[in-house]
Amino acid sequence: MEWRDEGIILGTRRHGETSAILEVMTRAHGRHLGMVKGGRSRRQQPLLQPGNRVELIWRARLDEHLGLFQAESLESNAARLIDSAIAVYGLQTLAAHLRLLPERDPHAALYETLSVMLAHLDDPHLAGELMVRFELMVLEELGFGLDLSECAATGSRQDLVYVSPKSGRAVSRAAGAPWRDRMLALPGFLAVTAGRGAALNDVEDAFRLTAFFFTRHVYEPRGMQQPDARAGFLAALRKHHAAPASHHGESAA
Amino acid sequence: MSKRIAGPEIERLIQLLSKVPGLGPRSARRAALHLIKKKEQLLAPLAAAMGEAVDKVRVCSTCGNVDTADPCMICTDARRDSGTIIVVEDVSDLWALERATAMNAKFHVLGGTLSPLDGIGPDQLNIKQLVTRVAEGGIREIILAVNATVEGQTTAHYLTDQLSGFDVKVTRLAHGVPVGGELDYLDDGTLAAALKSRTVF
Repeated sequence: MEWRDEGIILGTRRHGETSAILEVMTRAHGRHLGMVKGGRSRRQQPLLQPGNRVELIWRARLDEHLGLFQAESLESNAARLIDSAIAVYGLQTLAAHLRLLPERDPHAALYETLSVMLAHLDDPHLAGELMVRFELMVLEELGFGLDLSECAATGSRQDLVYVSPKSGRAVSRAAGAPWRDRMLALPGFLAVTAGRGAALNDVEDAFRLTAFFFTRHVYEPRGMQQPDARAGFLAALRKHHAAPASHHGESAA
Repeated sequence: MSKRIAGPEIERLIQLLSKVPGLGPRSARRAALHLIKKKEQLLAPLAAAMGEAVDKVRVCSTCGNVDTADPCMICTDARRDSGTIIVVEDVSDLWALERATAMNAKFHVLGGTLSPLDGIGPDQLNIKQLVTRVAEGGIREIILAVNATVEGQTTAHYLTDQLSGFDVKVTRLAHGVPVGGELDYLDDGTLAAALKSRTVF
């Protein structure tokens, strides 16, 4: 068995003294694992960092085998991203979300979105909004998509400010008013008619919204906890927005 | 089934040696044979040294280093700058920095990095002890000497957050061109990092 594909590295795990188990999100083969011989060498280690885009060749005797990966660099994102706390927590959060998908199940749209995310993950003004949209996509790919296009009660596309925790559908201000205490807030930037740009408060509301459905549909049934990195990502966003403009360098130093 | 070529004691020696990093079953066999041939000069002193190490080696309760005393020799060394702590992932990193003799500071060994894939969270690392050391006062600078990997830097950012409430300067190692490195052979990421953190010459 052999295939060639493009992939984004999600993580590596040590295997023996010299090799590594590589976990990648590929365009046509979904989330895939494979062994890289010599993956812990000085030459290979910088290449096999999470976030890097690579050209992959996978070989195995049988399809169900772990197989061997051969990777060649296409784009070194890790070196650019590791200076930013938002980006490193974001990387870990993205990888944690993608690990919810079954292995070897292609999700081309998620792969394309992941590529876009990596390009902007170190931009604190975009990273939060992009992460929320990515989470909504993951929920949809898992079969628990939210319908935020129109009001579940009236069909209206205007003034959508709530999401029903029961159906996961948007609800307009007027229709949701009697149950507003039980409704989840729908941040303006997620509504179909909204323009670009989200304030930190809106991003936090959106994270609460996606966390609710992740917990109910994914984490609780699987007996899992929310990834720590997600809280780290939000904390890093808050820290960035709280810091004066002169401190937005973001490095550990 | 392969035939046994030596007694169970020798086979056990070979089997244990083959678990040492850098040795496989073949090289373990060679090492065992060499030890047996030099029984008096090498095998007996090695066994005694190992026995002594088993009895005396312990992990320093202050910094996480391994030594025969607790606190370790580095922690009790009065000639070291006790206001600076270099944070490393592993004891091997501590030994590497000590070999470089670049800084006469104290150390703190984390015991790994945050790794969701391997299930290593903050509680599995020696982070609380570091925060306690800083909280006790007298520390001016924390140097984060963790690996330049995504996991290493995630750990560095986490530590920075944990230490943000203290009046302490947190720095990290530079990323870039190694001494003796040729630009042509460096990966794009390292070159980008080196250009980004260029200094006035």
